[in-house]
Amino acid sequence: MFGIKSYGVYIPVFRMSRDIFSTAWGTRSIGGERSVANYDEDSLTMATEAALNCISGLDRQGVEGLFFASTTSPYKEKSCSSIVATAIDLNKEIWTSDFANSLRAGTSAFRAAIGAVKGGQEKNIMVTSADCRLGTPRSVDEQTFGDGAAALLLGDSDVIATIEDMYSVSDDITDVWRTDQDTFVRSWEDRWVLTNGYTRNMKAAVSGVMKRQGLAPKDFTKVVFYSPDAKSHLGLAKSLGFDTKTQLQDPLITNVGNIGAAQPLLLLAFALEEAKAGDRILLASYGDGCDAFILQVTNAIEGVRGKGGVKDSIESKMMLSTYEKYLAFRQLVSLPEEFIKLFPSASVMWRTKKWALSFHGGRCKTCGLVSFPIQRVCFGCQSRDAFEEVRLSDKKGKVFTYSLDNLAGGVDPPTVQTIVESEEGGARIYCLMTDCNPKDVKVDMPVEMTFRRFHREGGFYNYFWKCRPAR
Amino acid sequence: METFRDKVAIVGMGCCKFGENWSKSPEDMIIEAAYEAYEDAGIEPKDIQAAWLGTVSAHWIGMGGLALAEPLKLQGIPITRVENWCATGHEALRNASFAVACGMYDIAIAVGFEKLKDTGFPGLGVGRGMHPVLEMRRTAPSSFAFIATRYFHTYGLSPEDGKETLAKIAVKNHKNGSMHPKAHFQREITLDQALKAPIIAWPLGLFDCCGNSDGAAVAIITRGDQAKKFRDDPIYIKGVGLSQNSMMPHFQPGFDWTGFDVTKNAARQAYDQAGIKNPRKEIDLAVVHDCFTITELIIYEDLGFSPKGKAKEDVDAGTFALDGELPVNTDGGLKCFGHPVGASGLRMSYEIYKQLQGKVDKRQIRNAERGLAHTLGGHPSVSCVTVYGNSLG
Repeated sequence: MFGIKSYGVYIPVFRMSRDIFSTAWGTRSIGGERSVANYDEDSLTMATEAALNCISGLDRQGVEGLFFASTTSPYKEKSCSSIVATAIDLNKEIWTSDFANSLRAGTSAFRAAIGAVKGGQEKNIMVTSADCRLGTPRSVDEQTFGDGAAALLLGDSDVIATIEDMYSVSDDITDVWRTDQDTFVRSWEDRWVLTNGYTRNMKAAVSGVMKRQGLAPKDFTKVVFYSPDAKSHLGLAKSLGFDTKTQLQDPLITNVGNIGAAQPLLLLAFALEEAKAGDRILLASYGDGCDAFILQVTNAIEGVRGKGGVKDSIESKMMLSTYEKYLAFRQLVSLPEEFIKLFPSASVMWRTKKWALSFHGGRCKTCGLVSFPIQRVCFGCQSRDAFEEVRLSDKKGKVFTYSLDNLAGGVDPPTVQTIVESEEGGARIYCLMTDCNPKDVKVDMPVEMTFRRFHREGGFYNYFWKCRPAR
Repeated sequence: METFRDKVAIVGMGCCKFGENWSKSPEDMIIEAAYEAYEDAGIEPKDIQAAWLGTVSAHWIGMGGLALAEPLKLQGIPITRVENWCATGHEALRNASFAVACGMYDIAIAVGFEKLKDTGFPGLGVGRGMHPVLEMRRTAPSSFAFIATRYFHTYGLSPEDGKETLAKIAVKNHKNGSMHPKAHFQREITLDQALKAPIIAWPLGLFDCCGNSDGAAVAIITRGDQAKKFRDDPIYIKGVGLSQNSMMPHFQPGFDWTGFDVTKNAARQAYDQAGIKNPRKEIDLAVVHDCFTITELIIYEDLGFSPKGKAKEDVDAGTFALDGELPVNTDGGLKCFGHPVGASGLRMSYEIYKQLQGKVDKRQIRNAERGLAHTLGGHPSVSCVTVYGNSLG
């Protein structure tokens, strides 16, 4: 038996009413709201969040691979899957791989992982996918797109859903694209994109897999179709003979937006969140072709019920109030240059990644004190090299003290600096608080850790941890 | 361990005008302070046998002692540059004192300076030294705002009460500074102005933060038993203490953020040497490290002037005002002088020196015999305390 063992999702806390875009440009609002990654988030950090959500409470040792899929990878050359694997504290002896360039990247990674697990080469592989695509200012894309991530853990035992079949078609078609020189998504005319790109290819793969399995529309409990907007999937489903009221998964365009390569996996996670044992699910993604999958939910689904997922993430939100902030978050406007910059060092980051990325502290084996960063000589008893590493990224904490700083600069002042006391042995962590309303920050407020992008000094991205109000 | 008391005396001091010295170079400020000190001590540059220089902002890589040798043309003698965060000026004096005390030199000079206003940044900078990400957006105001937040929380002060207590300290220091011709800020402020000032790092507002200034100060020292050869009123070093904590208390388990062991430990060392048992009674004035008003509040407790958690009562009672029981920051403190880091410890000593000689005009504390200077550096990681007296014993 092989299939999905666990799922995790991440929707950034910020949402923006589409009316803000329409007001800014004097255009028509498509209605509803979209998710917006905070200024310190990118596809890599969002994938990390989804992966942490996915692995929560499960054994990390047995994970033998991690894939990262995105059309908005922060790097063109450098493995992001390796960074995500380090951040979520997986072993070193694993297979990491990046999938890119296509809206199908998420399901491509999913297919590859299924293949590896099915073939018995790896026992457990985590697939992460995230996107943070930019629509051209004033375009409908700018309103429709959303930011978010999803992760799936594939394995050969204790699965909550089995993979019954998978089927792909490939079609070279220039309908939606970005060249290596584009910041914003481009597309050919609407009708071409909808009819000859999306609908034709989706139909081909979906009919193909159903035919091969001898299944009819009524045999599916839930149909999960990638949808570029709030309605294209409806026409497609109807033309294939599905009941759009009872069978079709809401693509979450109205309250999250189109999160690109991660959308099919996010929607699959949502379907699993509401699934019952025995349900049959059809999943199909789009991008120069289509990947279609048939999944069957097992009894183990009851074991993951209530772990928190899409519904909770949608409800947990803060409203981004201005278009200018959106532009600043996506670095589409220039802000005053930072006067004082941290010194970048690839070698220092590499040498300290056990605590800087995997976020380990050290627990003294002599006196029990937990210190972060890892200290070779204990603060408490001065024992030398007598510590064991403890992971702090998944431990909650409380604000011990804080400041709201208008001098420190940054994209979204005031900077909220905090000293967090971790539930893990009282370790103290100086960190910035993100995803918060500065006015609500209080001593003793419960927080959790979150992986964020810091700066690009030295020409590379420096990632580290911040805290946020417990979500 | 032999006591250090009275082994060394200050026989001359100088201090340049502090402020936004746009038209002066570091060298100009050093020359201004040094020649005032030479004249005060009645010595010539050639009499100096060794020098210690304190500065933190090494605008020349590997500056060493040259930043002092160059402007004063002190060539052919040993010059040592020291750096110990905000205690740097104090540290120059401390090290020079030990060299004189051991008999190696008869006359040594300690110099501290900083030229902050050439950096283009309107503050003391943002953390950046430790690691590519660890100190992200750590500023001096935020580190001390941590203390205010935690202190208010621990001792049950509402933000309004807490901020008003701090504002009273700013008002007091501005009043003192208004009477000092060398201060950067020589203007009184009202409680209302302090309370309504823009927030720099909550809960600290503009008037809770010290100035950002240029300055230099100089001390000329000799052995205690020779001091009277130079002048009738030398000022003796009664005790000197220095203590370090961690690089980033931000990460130190159990650090309580309402008081600092570095100050307590440095004070204990200095008090022991000076024979001080009850600092509140035995010290006549103190010039302390009010980089932020909250720092001064904590210092009252750490130096043993006020009981733990009770400094507010003393602030309300005016204990530390010029006419109070134990005047603190009689020259206006860092609040009015700003904090040209390397200069501060010596600038504080300059005030004590003049007060104990009875040479201060409107701000003179009557019958002052013993004074204390205190610096606190890092965030907060190091502290130096010196106690001075105007007679032997």
